[in-house]
Amino acid sequence: MSKERIKIAPEFFEIMPPEYQDLVNRATYGKEDRGWKDIGTAKELIEEHSLCAGCPESMAFRYILASLPNPEDTVMVGSTGCTSLVFPHVAVHNIHSLFGNQNAIASGLKRALTVRFPGRIKDVVVLAGDGATVDIGLDMTLQAWFRQEKFTTICFDNELYANTGGQESGLMQKGFVAKMAPVGKTFDKVRLPEIARESGCHYVVQCTVSKPSLVEKVIRNAVHVAREIGPTYLQLYTPCILEIGKNSMEGLQEMRDSEKPTERFAYKEFVSEPAKQLLAEIAAKEKEKKAAAKEQLAAQQA
Amino acid sequence: MDTNSVIGTTNKKGQVITDARRMMFEAPRTPSFYTGSEVIKEAIRRANVDVMIAYPITPQSEAAALIGELFAEGYVKEYFRGESEFAVMSECAGAAFGGARVFTTTAGPGTMRAMENFPMWSGARLPIQMIVTCRGINSPLSIQPDTLEIAYLLNTGMLVWHAETAQDFYDWILKGYIVSEEPDVHLPLALCCDGFFVTHTKDMVNLTPVDMCLPPYDPYRSPVPCMDMECPPVRMMRDPFVMKSNYISYATHASWQQEVWAAVERSRKHTIAWIDGLIETENVDADILIVSSGTAVSQGREAIRLLADEGIRVGLVKVKSLRPWPGQEIREATKNAKHIIVPEFNVVGWMAREIKASVPNSDRVVCGPRVGGGMTMPPEVIVSEIKNALGIRSAAMAGRGS
Repeated sequence: MSKERIKIAPEFFEIMPPEYQDLVNRATYGKEDRGWKDIGTAKELIEEHSLCAGCPESMAFRYILASLPNPEDTVMVGSTGCTSLVFPHVAVHNIHSLFGNQNAIASGLKRALTVRFPGRIKDVVVLAGDGATVDIGLDMTLQAWFRQEKFTTICFDNELYANTGGQESGLMQKGFVAKMAPVGKTFDKVRLPEIARESGCHYVVQCTVSKPSLVEKVIRNAVHVAREIGPTYLQLYTPCILEIGKNSMEGLQEMRDSEKPTERFAYKEFVSEPAKQLLAEIAAKEKEKKAAAKEQLAAQQA
Repeated sequence: MDTNSVIGTTNKKGQVITDARRMMFEAPRTPSFYTGSEVIKEAIRRANVDVMIAYPITPQSEAAALIGELFAEGYVKEYFRGESEFAVMSECAGAAFGGARVFTTTAGPGTMRAMENFPMWSGARLPIQMIVTCRGINSPLSIQPDTLEIAYLLNTGMLVWHAETAQDFYDWILKGYIVSEEPDVHLPLALCCDGFFVTHTKDMVNLTPVDMCLPPYDPYRSPVPCMDMECPPVRMMRDPFVMKSNYISYATHASWQQEVWAAVERSRKHTIAWIDGLIETENVDADILIVSSGTAVSQGREAIRLLADEGIRVGLVKVKSLRPWPGQEIREATKNAKHIIVPEFNVVGWMAREIKASVPNSDRVVCGPRVGGGMTMPPEVIVSEIKNALGIRSAAMAGRGS
């Protein structure tokens, strides 16, 4: 979709809601180097979020939406959970259908868009919680990877079922006492990044969302690799401050504490050979572009 | 996309995209001797389907694999085997959300496994066509014909049609897409048949020309936005309704559910026009009527013949569409009947319940005979039920103790 498509007919401009007018005038659709730095300076693709005050998921949402390389041709797929409360505020097409079937929905969607728009870029990005990705939806998560479906799966890992009130999940740490784990979780946190690598994902990153620049980088990489090569997986720690007994202001520190090299959210990355090659090519092109721009600037100044 | 503009053009398989009315009602037909599964393949060859997603389960596996051949030949644009029926129906939903014409097939336990998807399909207004080749629902393990799963489909908000013959099947697959995709309908269709009896038997079927196919699906005629980022991404809600426990939220959900069922009702006029009425009748002035759907109708026809030999006149009502439900038509057709006999291939008797709820003096309705679990229904069983209703003593049937 070009930016032209969302323009409002002048006769109707005044009657459109102000946030929609703003979206048309000031959103970053089509901006090539869009990223987290646009947050607060341009119209964001997420309107007011409806999550708890201080929720790291809301930060993650804003960084991701600011970093999508091609939002004007991106369709997102969600699942039931806290994320499904935010998607109605998001200005890219997004699908919520059931709990746990997000990677199945995305498989059908991506194939349909490929059939309908040959030769055009249509990115599909799945964004779901850890219950949806790893527990109820694990079959479909893995099968989409086995089939080499060309879309990105993002898991907001808050290590429990947040929206239903803090029950044990597969990504919860061993020993953590929670609802439905009354004497502490008895088995280890599921090693989904490793499983993702073995299941055929070409780009896998586990990290927290404490650094927006890192989120921007991994989102762009994941979307580009999924577009050209095959499935990609991002597992982002977005702690549920409410359910782990923290205050609104403590989310960022919780992420910083958990991403230390010896902690469970230490940065982890697996990149396949074809993906490495693609990312190197993209980096080289960007470098070339920057050099050319620099040269041009120098020539103008001379 | 303007689908009219493509009429008369040729697709890459050399088929001429043809006005659906011309193709279905005017074009010459070729009699062919095919199994039900092959008939599904031949209908889909002409249906301009974008995406088919398959999963093995008896008795639909053969048809699902045959559509794979169509994909290999280039008649279907995308095809793959999903990982389970639940996933397959979600994959179908994804493809339909993305604006594709979607086809799938399932049966029995598969239908049950996928069940969570069906109200979602209706609620999201996805005009997916699903063939249901009905079979028993476990347990104990059964792969035999049985229509119990239809009872569950009736309340999903899907259109539900029940084919008697391979000819019904062939025509309704193609016509089903037309009805299902009407902007004032835009709902999924469960096109049911009795597994094995229809899928695995050969029958003469009059096929439309192989060089004609339906116009493509136009996702921009949908009453809800197609999720392809080709139309403005309006925020659908200022606040997600799921978060609100207030009247507006409840009213919104309630009105949407009502709208889905209103769309089922609106499909009535299209269905009547395309499949020539929601019911088919024969001799409804008779005192005794057999009313049913699927192959129970075929067995009813045989029973009628046997009874005619004995001088007992029996009429027939074949119910073609279960959703929308032809309550008024059945009421009218049965108004003079003293006995309404409802033979069924399932243990619960969902058809008899529906009919009882639709006609006055419902004690006229004889809820049976019913067979389940793959049992056949010899016409003699229906004959015996009718004689029983009439108070005529007939020879004792094994196991019935009468």
